[in-house]
Amino acid sequence: MELRRQHLIDPVVCIRCNTCQEACPVDAISHDANNYVVSFEKCTGCRTCVSPCPTGAIDNWLLVDRPWSVEAQFGWDELPLEQSGPAVDAVTPPPPEEVSELMAAATTATGSAVPAPASASKPYVNLYSREKPVVARVAGNRRITGDGAESDVHHVVLDFQANAFPFLEGQSIGIVPPGADDNGRARNIRLYSIASPREGERTGFNNLALTVKRVAGGVGSNYVCDLKKGDEVRVAGPFGQAFLMPDDPHANIIMICTGTGSAPFRAFTERRRRNPHDGTGRLMLFFGARTPEELPYFGPLMKLPRELIDVNLAFSRVPGQPKQYVQDKLRERADELAGLLHDANTHIYICGLKGMEQGCDEAFADICRLNALDWTGLRPVLRREGRYHVETY
Amino acid sequence: MSSIDYAEKIPNNVNLSEDRRLQRALESWQPHYIDWWKEMGPEGTATSEIYLRTAISAEPDGWAQFGHVRMEDYRWGIFLAPPEADRKVNFGAHKGEAAWQEVPGEYRSALRRLITVQGDTEPASVEQQRLLGRCCPSLYDLRNLFQVNVEEGRHLWAMVYLLHAYFGRDGREEAEEMLARRSGDADKPRILGAFNEKTADWLAFFMFTFITDRDGKYQLCALAESGFDPLSRSCRFMLTEEAHHMFVGESGVGRIIERACQVMTEHRTDDVRKFGVIDLPTIQRYLNFHYSVTSDLYGAEVSTNAATSYNMGLKGRFEETKIGDDHQLDGTTYSVLHPVAGGFQMIEVPALNGLNERLRLDWAADVAKGVERWNKIIAKHGIDFRLTLPHLAFNRAIGHFADIAVDPAGKVISTEEFNRRRDEWLPSDSDLAYVLSLMGGAVHKPGQFANWIAPPPRGINNQSVDFDYVRFA
Repeated sequence: MELRRQHLIDPVVCIRCNTCQEACPVDAISHDANNYVVSFEKCTGCRTCVSPCPTGAIDNWLLVDRPWSVEAQFGWDELPLEQSGPAVDAVTPPPPEEVSELMAAATTATGSAVPAPASASKPYVNLYSREKPVVARVAGNRRITGDGAESDVHHVVLDFQANAFPFLEGQSIGIVPPGADDNGRARNIRLYSIASPREGERTGFNNLALTVKRVAGGVGSNYVCDLKKGDEVRVAGPFGQAFLMPDDPHANIIMICTGTGSAPFRAFTERRRRNPHDGTGRLMLFFGARTPEELPYFGPLMKLPRELIDVNLAFSRVPGQPKQYVQDKLRERADELAGLLHDANTHIYICGLKGMEQGCDEAFADICRLNALDWTGLRPVLRREGRYHVETY
Repeated sequence: MSSIDYAEKIPNNVNLSEDRRLQRALESWQPHYIDWWKEMGPEGTATSEIYLRTAISAEPDGWAQFGHVRMEDYRWGIFLAPPEADRKVNFGAHKGEAAWQEVPGEYRSALRRLITVQGDTEPASVEQQRLLGRCCPSLYDLRNLFQVNVEEGRHLWAMVYLLHAYFGRDGREEAEEMLARRSGDADKPRILGAFNEKTADWLAFFMFTFITDRDGKYQLCALAESGFDPLSRSCRFMLTEEAHHMFVGESGVGRIIERACQVMTEHRTDDVRKFGVIDLPTIQRYLNFHYSVTSDLYGAEVSTNAATSYNMGLKGRFEETKIGDDHQLDGTTYSVLHPVAGGFQMIEVPALNGLNERLRLDWAADVAKGVERWNKIIAKHGIDFRLTLPHLAFNRAIGHFADIAVDPAGKVISTEEFNRRRDEWLPSDSDLAYVLSLMGGAVHKPGQFANWIAPPPRGINNQSVDFDYVRFA
């Protein structure tokens, strides 16, 4: 299936001021007596026209399998939003075996597969493969761990330009490092969780961010951490149909992570932050690292308002302080967590190093025991209802 | 890219620091301007932080930078559009000569007058709108009002820069006068009539930005064609900002219409005033008023002044360079509607003398398209009502229709009938009082809107509708 991202102007909001047509460096914008329109063939997606537009009408990007012609756009009274893009359940190939294996290894530690939360949006999956990847351009790459920190974590932003890459919070992408392995075979695909909300790393931009830790000798992580702005990267995906954010403002989300396992939770949190709502859903984050300097996004995380997210940090290597792990923080907040576990709107997500799941499991069991809940009975219910997700590596 | 240095006292992209004399002159005008703004600018905003669009360069990627700005820290500057290489005088007697970088001596006073009249409208509208913040229907709208106001202020700067830079002492005196006149003042009124009218409520404000600022747009378009290159470049950059004002007006009235239609459908009634919204007939009367008063701004239908400005190469037509004729208009004619014996007749006049009317009709066609978009909102609700523009001769005070009485449909009637039926066509005292009665306290909670207006479909610069567009100290 071909999927393109088409730049269009909303005729309801547009005031026909001609600003965009004058701003466009490639003459992609034209008008008739009715509408201002964008030529799919000419538009490079450079966004030069976007900030000068006084109305915001210019900032519409629809997923389409067949781009709208200029003539069709002239006839519009409004954007054909209901006809935007092919249905998400249009036939897509199954994920490549290597991806299925990686996903299974990450998610099935405690038993069989868990369905997506009932309220989650339907994801697009497997739009691009190793054989037919989409080429993204690196829009930025910076280290986000402190200067003195041993751990070297990078925030890498990839831009898909005119190609569609629709994704949801919680999904992953595959990156194929160039070159060949020692046996002369093409390299295996590497999976990375997306750290941006579906709106894009910058709202309205066709981009997403990854949070990647450099691993000594690791081919994939060193490739990604060394990318320079402007480099081209072959991307497969998006992948993942279960570890998805509930699309319900009343959903409580308990997010437990270590290190770069924070990536999907950054996406969840940004999704909520950029789309304020009147729902009752709470966000609780339990985040473990060795030191504050090694905690990805420590600075921005500290600036988030308390009404948005309840942040609990556990540091295991701060000199002069007792070692703390995320399960210790879970126990500290036992009362609140017990209250949330009683609530059918509560979802639990665990993402990080293998082994953390067991510690969390024991902590939840303790919390339940002290609060007249039965964890061994509750956990299967949560799993069955798509409210307990684990992704570890 | 000609980037603008905000560390300078007067941010600019005209190398002001290289002209000490001019820099000193403008720096001595600046405190007078700030005093004027404090006295006549939007009330009670000095310490607020407002989510404003500020230019950091005159290129497309630089002139729309958004962020919260403290009003008292706001800096107006002088920005010209980037120069066009080898630009020529594109019309009139000097067509084909290189565009002037200095004022031609013989056209000095005509050009000064054009710039002064344009410049005078900018502070005037700020004065007209200064009390609207008291009854803003939302933070979103309050922000838009301030954005319009600061840009009108900047447009005054643009014209004052030209006066200071190119017209010596006369120019400096004109610049001082800009700050001395006051909208609606009996002794020192603003130059043009529409700019002495009151803007007492938000419907009037939206109509003004939709209709009267659109006159501004067409005047700027005509001046952007000028053979005097600094004026052309000033106006071209002003036009990029002007589009926002049109948007505020069109979407503002559109949202009032949307709300009226919602209430009409919900309660199955035309009598929506008892639900605290503005009825469509009142909106029609406001439209009639603002349209006719703004029509007067174009001046007399047949005008030798307009011919002279064109011939001199100072003020062109709308999209002059896109018109396929000789751009000199000698010996060609143009049909202009005239009042003739109880009716109207199209009469051919020399094309040069019909330029005011031509610009007015370009503007009127543009207004009509916007009104049609409003009608689409009404039609979408399945309501049988259409807003229409009144006849060009309706309620005119300037030009050759000023002496006759005409109803909105274009029927010539007696003055007695006009006076008797005036309140059917123009906002009556009770209309104005009703609309004013809706303008209660200001709505300052993010995401909340006064009952008489619908929320916009989207926020500014991709922010949500309930973003805190204005933060109060």
